[in-house]
Amino acid sequence: MTTSATSTSSAQSTTESASFVGLETRGAHAWFGKHHALSDVSLKFPNRTVTGLIGPSGCGKSTFIRLLNRMHEFIPGAAMAGEVLHNGSDIYAPSVDAAVVRLKIGMVFQKPNPFPAMSIRENVLAGIKLAHLKKPNHDEIVEACLMRAGLWKEVKDRLDASGGSLSGGQQQRLCIARSLAVEPEVLLMDEPCSALDPGSTLRIEETIKELAAKITVIIVTHNMQQASRVSDFCAFFLTDGGPGYLVEADATRKIFTNPADSRTADYVQGKFG
Amino acid sequence: MTATISAPATVEPRTPWATPRSKNMQTLGVLIVAAAVAGVITFFTGVAGLDGWAVTFFLLSMIVAVARNLRVGSKERTDALMRVVVTAAAITAFAPWLSIFGAVLFKGYAGIRPNFFTQDMRTTVPDDFLEFGGALHAIVGSLLMVLIATAITLPLGILSGVYLTEVRGPLTFLVRFVVQSMSGVPSIVAGLFVYTTYVYSTESFSALAGALSLSVLMLPTVARTAEEVLKLVPEDLRSAGYALGARQWRTAFMVVIPTVRSGLTTAAILGIARVIGETAPLLLTSLSNTTVRFNPVDGPMASLPTYIFGYLQIGTEYAIARAWSASLVLLVIVLGLFTLARRFGGKDKR
Amino acid sequence: MTTATTPTPREMTVIYNREDKIFRGIVTGGALTSLVVLGLIGLFLFLRGAQIFNDNGIKFITGANWTVGSEDGIIPDDFSIGAMLMGTIVVSLVAIVVAFPLAIGGALYLEFYAPRAIRKALVTLLDLAASIPSLIFGLWGIEIFTRFGERWAVFLNNWLGWIPIFGVQFENFGRSPFIAGCVLASLVVPITTSVAREVYSRTPRDLVDTCYALGGSKWGAIRAVVIPYGRSGVIGGAMLGLGRALGETVAVYLLLNLVFRYNFRILESEGGNVASLIATKFGDATPYELKALVAAGFVLFLLTLAVNMTATTIVQRSTPRA
Repeated sequence: MTTSATSTSSAQSTTESASFVGLETRGAHAWFGKHHALSDVSLKFPNRTVTGLIGPSGCGKSTFIRLLNRMHEFIPGAAMAGEVLHNGSDIYAPSVDAAVVRLKIGMVFQKPNPFPAMSIRENVLAGIKLAHLKKPNHDEIVEACLMRAGLWKEVKDRLDASGGSLSGGQQQRLCIARSLAVEPEVLLMDEPCSALDPGSTLRIEETIKELAAKITVIIVTHNMQQASRVSDFCAFFLTDGGPGYLVEADATRKIFTNPADSRTADYVQGKFG
Repeated sequence: MTATISAPATVEPRTPWATPRSKNMQTLGVLIVAAAVAGVITFFTGVAGLDGWAVTFFLLSMIVAVARNLRVGSKERTDALMRVVVTAAAITAFAPWLSIFGAVLFKGYAGIRPNFFTQDMRTTVPDDFLEFGGALHAIVGSLLMVLIATAITLPLGILSGVYLTEVRGPLTFLVRFVVQSMSGVPSIVAGLFVYTTYVYSTESFSALAGALSLSVLMLPTVARTAEEVLKLVPEDLRSAGYALGARQWRTAFMVVIPTVRSGLTTAAILGIARVIGETAPLLLTSLSNTTVRFNPVDGPMASLPTYIFGYLQIGTEYAIARAWSASLVLLVIVLGLFTLARRFGGKDKR
Repeated sequence: MTTATTPTPREMTVIYNREDKIFRGIVTGGALTSLVVLGLIGLFLFLRGAQIFNDNGIKFITGANWTVGSEDGIIPDDFSIGAMLMGTIVVSLVAIVVAFPLAIGGALYLEFYAPRAIRKALVTLLDLAASIPSLIFGLWGIEIFTRFGERWAVFLNNWLGWIPIFGVQFENFGRSPFIAGCVLASLVVPITTSVAREVYSRTPRDLVDTCYALGGSKWGAIRAVVIPYGRSGVIGGAMLGLGRALGETVAVYLLLNLVFRYNFRILESEGGNVASLIATKFGDATPYELKALVAAGFVLFLLTLAVNMTATTIVQRSTPRA
């Protein structure tokens, strides 16, 4: 308890530039039926930063990230405890509409998954349609989002082609563009590059860094180099066979050079996991 | 570093996304009111019957669903409306089956007397009281024909499954396609086929002819289920057999098939359930009679389906009662087989 | 060129000994039984019915008469199944038009809406329904459903009677293609629902999650992802149901008056289909009439085979894409 609390506050104190914390968890737990998957995670995500969630498989990173935009509850038997605060209010409060939360806190998945029956253009606009948002200037939205996702130049002449006709890396950038179209404040990415080749991975990482100029990005990754390349902060999760928990969270440079916990040091140096 | 798992024992899992009880009660209340209003409308406007009430109730529910989300947003309105539409469609789809089960149970049970299972119709006319006569000959006939059909079909079905999963010969795609297409052959065509071949050449209707026509209909079900079951055998098991230097046929018969014995039983049971209620082919091959017989090549033989069909055609009160009772027996057999298949089916998978 | 340095892969020969060869031979033979039987069905029905095709030509499938000639030959035999073919198609279309939306609704409900507590029970009910013999559907149709069906028929005729297919010549609403079609629909729904549910359950979880992550509602996800993803599989399922309806005998026999006239009015109390024609006329058919019935069976066989093969191809093609 003390460890994580101090480490998060130290993470926050190291951020002079990002003064405002938009997303925060307090004592978050997650269960799948009887299985306690995640225990007592308190973390703060400063605005307009990239936070990497690292740790060995099964340590609850993905569970945690799905807790942040209320995707956790789609798994039958799911339960949670604690609070997730977005702009100061609990997203799990009874009066909150989960769909509105997900509009503000978007998500990109592990495997690129453009909607198969839709064109590139329709894919970008899918969120607007799904959420029944009234927005004029669809063309501008398509261009702006594809631009921010770093895909515009490659696809501007074939917006009506199927999303499935793109390469894996392009598909993933299309999925990022699709998430951006509904103007989220936070973008969650669950191992977005694990299904891609190194070249495509680098392109996506560039995109992530550019995105952080405007929005908060939280990315789950297995790849230590990736975490050190793209993230401003890192949170290290671990499990001892029981529920996953947070070992420490701090500025990325500190985690990789001088972590507070010896297990973090062992992990980032590749001694286990 | 010190306190790693720091979860206080007092943390209780909660599910804040679950619809609160108060909201559920509200929904229930609204639905009850809608049901009552639908009842009143049905009563006063002459929209008659349960069906009229159901349609009124569905329409009212749609209006309520839209009204409750009027201020929330168009997305929520559509969502709520479609929830009602989908649920209504599902209820409409499921209702006939419940009606069938209910009707067969009540009407069938009403006509059942102990003698229904112990007597045939040799000395009874259809209009006699239900205390006389029974369906023993039809039950025996059905069981006999199904038994013969199983004896023919099961080996062929298993061979077909073994071909698709063990031998994996060049005709795999064709065999799978033909089996699938064969399952769509109309049952009357199967009957006509046996009529033009077997009945034509023996110049006699018989239980064997009936069983042959049932085999045609049963084979695709057995073959397909056998394939599915054999597919579940882990590749490791085959490899283990080969690695011991076993020949393919020994591996198939001593390793693969024994591990799915109960699965293959399921295949047979599902096949029986598929054909035991078939009527049309038997109208052209085994016809019907009134006495218990065991010889499958000695002239026409009754079966439950032709029994039901025949007495329904006669159409008098007691004849129809007999038809319902036989339907109950038939349905109980089919459902019993089904339950049995499920029990056996679950066994191999672990 | 690099061909010199790239080694060509060696052939790996498999040697089966005699035992294995016999084993493979027997198994192959067993597997081919279905193919042989299917071929024999076509062959025998064609051979035994050949004389009819020869005598009547194309008129056999276009004409509407079924007349048994007098023994002195003054009235000639005249057999044709045009009216029955049309009846088959009309009844099956009614069935599929009624069944399709219900099956889609049922499948979506089971996959996405049903509370977990009752879902398992409903799936069992669906499986059980698929195994109810069609004879019992027919029995239920005449004894129970007809009362409801007639009421709906009157309602349809009152409001939509100006559309020719809902018009009637005689105000007698029982035993019509509409009622038979509705009963066939309840017989077809289990098959189509099972296929649709299977197809819908294969929708990648990721795609559905993405819809939610974009702020979509449940229906939004269904419309944007589930329905387009399952489209071809569901159409295949509907065609399997259609195949079943086309070949149904006893339910139609019990519910429909066999009348040899082209009838497209679904509420009119006349109709029939090829399968029930065979069942009806078989009992006391003359030898020549029997041949006509076999010929009719051959036509039905081809029709259902074509529909089923198409359906099978569609369903198999719609299995998950990479």
